[in-house]
Amino acid sequence: MATYEKTKGNDMKLRKHLLAGLAFAFLASSASAETLRWGSPRDIFSLDPYSYGSTSNLAFLNHVYEGLTRYTPEFKVEPALATSWEMVKDKVWRFHLRKGVKFQNGADFTADDVVASMARVSHPTSPLRGNIPAYVSTTKVDDYTVDIEVNSPNPLFLNDMTNIFMFDKDWLVDNKSELPTDVGAKVEGFATYNTNGTGPFKVESRVPDSKTVLIKNDGWWDTPKHNLDRIEFMPITSAATRVAALLSGEIDLTDGAPVQDLERLKSSPDIKVVERTDLRTVHMVFNRHETFADGRENFFNNIKVRQAIDHAIDRQLIFKRVMRGKSHVAGTMVAPEIPGYSAELDVPTAYDPELSKKLLEEAGAVGKEFTLVCMNDESVNEEDVCSALVSMLSRVGLKPTLDIGPRAVQAPKRAGGKSDAYMIGWANEPTLDAYSILVQVLSTREGAAGVANYGGWSYPALDAMVKKAALEMDHDKRLAIETEALKFAKDEVIMIPLHQQPMAWAMSNNVTDVTIRADNKPRHWLTRIGD
Amino acid sequence: MIVFLIKRLANAVLVMLAVALLAFLIFRFAGDPVELMANEQMSQADRIELREKLGLNDSFLTQFGRFVGNAAQGDFGISYRNGQDVMKLIAERFPATMELALVATVLSLLIGIPLGVITAIHRGRWYSEGLQFISIIGVSLPSFVVGILLILVFAVTLGLVPAFGRGDVVQLGWWSTGLLTPSGRASLLLPSLALALYQITLVMRLVRAEMMEVLRSDFVKFARARGVPRWRIYFRHALRNCLMPVVTMTAMNFGSLIAFALITETVFQWPGMGMLFIQAVTFLDMPVMAGYLCIVSFIFVTLNTLVDIAYAVIDPRLRDATR
Repeated sequence: MATYEKTKGNDMKLRKHLLAGLAFAFLASSASAETLRWGSPRDIFSLDPYSYGSTSNLAFLNHVYEGLTRYTPEFKVEPALATSWEMVKDKVWRFHLRKGVKFQNGADFTADDVVASMARVSHPTSPLRGNIPAYVSTTKVDDYTVDIEVNSPNPLFLNDMTNIFMFDKDWLVDNKSELPTDVGAKVEGFATYNTNGTGPFKVESRVPDSKTVLIKNDGWWDTPKHNLDRIEFMPITSAATRVAALLSGEIDLTDGAPVQDLERLKSSPDIKVVERTDLRTVHMVFNRHETFADGRENFFNNIKVRQAIDHAIDRQLIFKRVMRGKSHVAGTMVAPEIPGYSAELDVPTAYDPELSKKLLEEAGAVGKEFTLVCMNDESVNEEDVCSALVSMLSRVGLKPTLDIGPRAVQAPKRAGGKSDAYMIGWANEPTLDAYSILVQVLSTREGAAGVANYGGWSYPALDAMVKKAALEMDHDKRLAIETEALKFAKDEVIMIPLHQQPMAWAMSNNVTDVTIRADNKPRHWLTRIGD
Repeated sequence: MIVFLIKRLANAVLVMLAVALLAFLIFRFAGDPVELMANEQMSQADRIELREKLGLNDSFLTQFGRFVGNAAQGDFGISYRNGQDVMKLIAERFPATMELALVATVLSLLIGIPLGVITAIHRGRWYSEGLQFISIIGVSLPSFVVGILLILVFAVTLGLVPAFGRGDVVQLGWWSTGLLTPSGRASLLLPSLALALYQITLVMRLVRAEMMEVLRSDFVKFARARGVPRWRIYFRHALRNCLMPVVTMTAMNFGSLIAFALITETVFQWPGMGMLFIQAVTFLDMPVMAGYLCIVSFIFVTLNTLVDIAYAVIDPRLRDATR
């Protein structure tokens, strides 16, 4: 009886603590109803959008800076700082700029700013130069009109421009930042710590790895859909801590809810979880040079071997066991959200180990050895995916060995063409069109084409289709060509698509409206809380 | 004495050079930073150009010489990851780590010493045996597990303290401190406790062993015979005689606290040097990694050299032995 009394007392005390905690949380949230506390798996690298070609960094800075064009949540290009555009000559885009737009320091946005920004982003030391492969030059027509020359009339240039943010020319000049920050020159840039954009929010303060505070920009040209006065962005790298911070109410939202903790989060009444698959398609890819790096004959050049491997992979098993039923099994090389996708193509290759064995025998590749290069920090559960692949391929009579390590060590092996087989994930960022994977991964390596064609294959027929797509101005016709090219790639088994990986956001019920798309980018200018 | 000093300093310089070489070697074989800096659309020619610009194609000796020369002037270059000055980055993080390690040390003494005394005088009782047993757990639990457990209990279930971060900080010149704000102090509690746990056990066990030794000595028996109150014997006379090794150990372990802080900082998102280093490693941010290793070993070497010199000043026999 006495012990019962005692536990009851403790219980009361605990309850009191909880009540106090709840009361505190309530007070805190009502006092700052329009503050979004956002816990992210990683910090941003820099406040300078041209400092590093990182999708997540650019997505964050898009709250502060804007481009001439932008994506709608449905990934359509819409006007932002430019109100309209047209092709005036064969390879010249004319952009008409929005009037009355002010930078956060009060300066007007004009054509000079576009010229200065384009010069900065296309400078040879700019890490973002590769993001606008078609760009040639910019000329000012009048204060609110610019002409941008490109090397091909491909409308996808407008997609690429969504990620090229506009700086104020005078601000750059005054702070000696007309050129991008050059890591080789060992000089810090002003724009690394300071911002002056046109976007919906402005940076109030930033302490790297602790907190970056954004406040509402009252002078934003667009009508805000959000109701936030303040965003407190806090990186929490440890997944368990991130979950704890959400459960204890210290953050309102995280854009990186760990897959293994989703059930725990869902079971909490105050928290909702949004899951979906993202744009990144994970593939297994082959070395296609004449011989392997160590001089052995390359049996992957025989299409029967590639088909055999395709049939040997039990994608359903990977889906169920490794990805916990949260991925999307892929039959084609792009995600359903990417233009150029075709549902007809997205039929996963049938799992047929018997056929696979037969094909290997015909090709004389039974018992052949090769190494699969994987990374343990690139795609979701890549380590387990690769282990599964190795055992599935061993079962049909190949002798694969797994070479796994951190990205820092593995990426050079992959890029140097030294690996026999490797994994690659491709999200088609920032273009968001199948043209991205077609030109950069599947095309023959030549200039800007095939930069990620690490296997070294060359299909002139495919190259011709890609070049045709680049010149095709009609949207539907272009997509038809792209789909055809993807079908060609699938028939030739150039790469073996496995799945689109899962992503998950978790937030407190206080967050009433948030836009979550397959590109996994935050768009807090559309976020509403507390209503 | 002067010869001794010179020898000691030369020693310190040699150690620093060795550390610099090791750091440099590790990074050289860790992988290719250009592959990580390059985005997906960067062409091969651009990659080669970037490698050339960063000086990664120069000979080993040239690169190492350049590294040591710049490092000696406190110039580690700018971070590959975010283009910030490495010295400035580390200086920003230094106060956070230092405060964490200092508070952890204070906690370990405040908790460890009384526990050690109690387990010594009441040895054999169930609670001192219990404490002894718990202390084994304290030593053997990895610090990230301790950290997560503390967060679950005190932040999630009880909601008493924040789960992560440093709270509000006050800037005193270049030093940022969390000790002057309520949220800063609350945030400091869990990480410093997690970091101190191992140290607490060590202090407790050391004090207990020393105390049992001292309690057997003649002067304690004599004091008892004289009728000096017990608490006075234990805490005034006996404890004093135990503290010398505790102080030495605490001072020597301060370095390892900074090293352990790496894990604690990651779990609690504590914006210190360890966190900076971990991020630099995943990104292969060589200037930051090299800067961190060199500065931390500089702190170690300086402390050790100072201690050695102090010993020599106090004890002339050491001086003679090294001559």
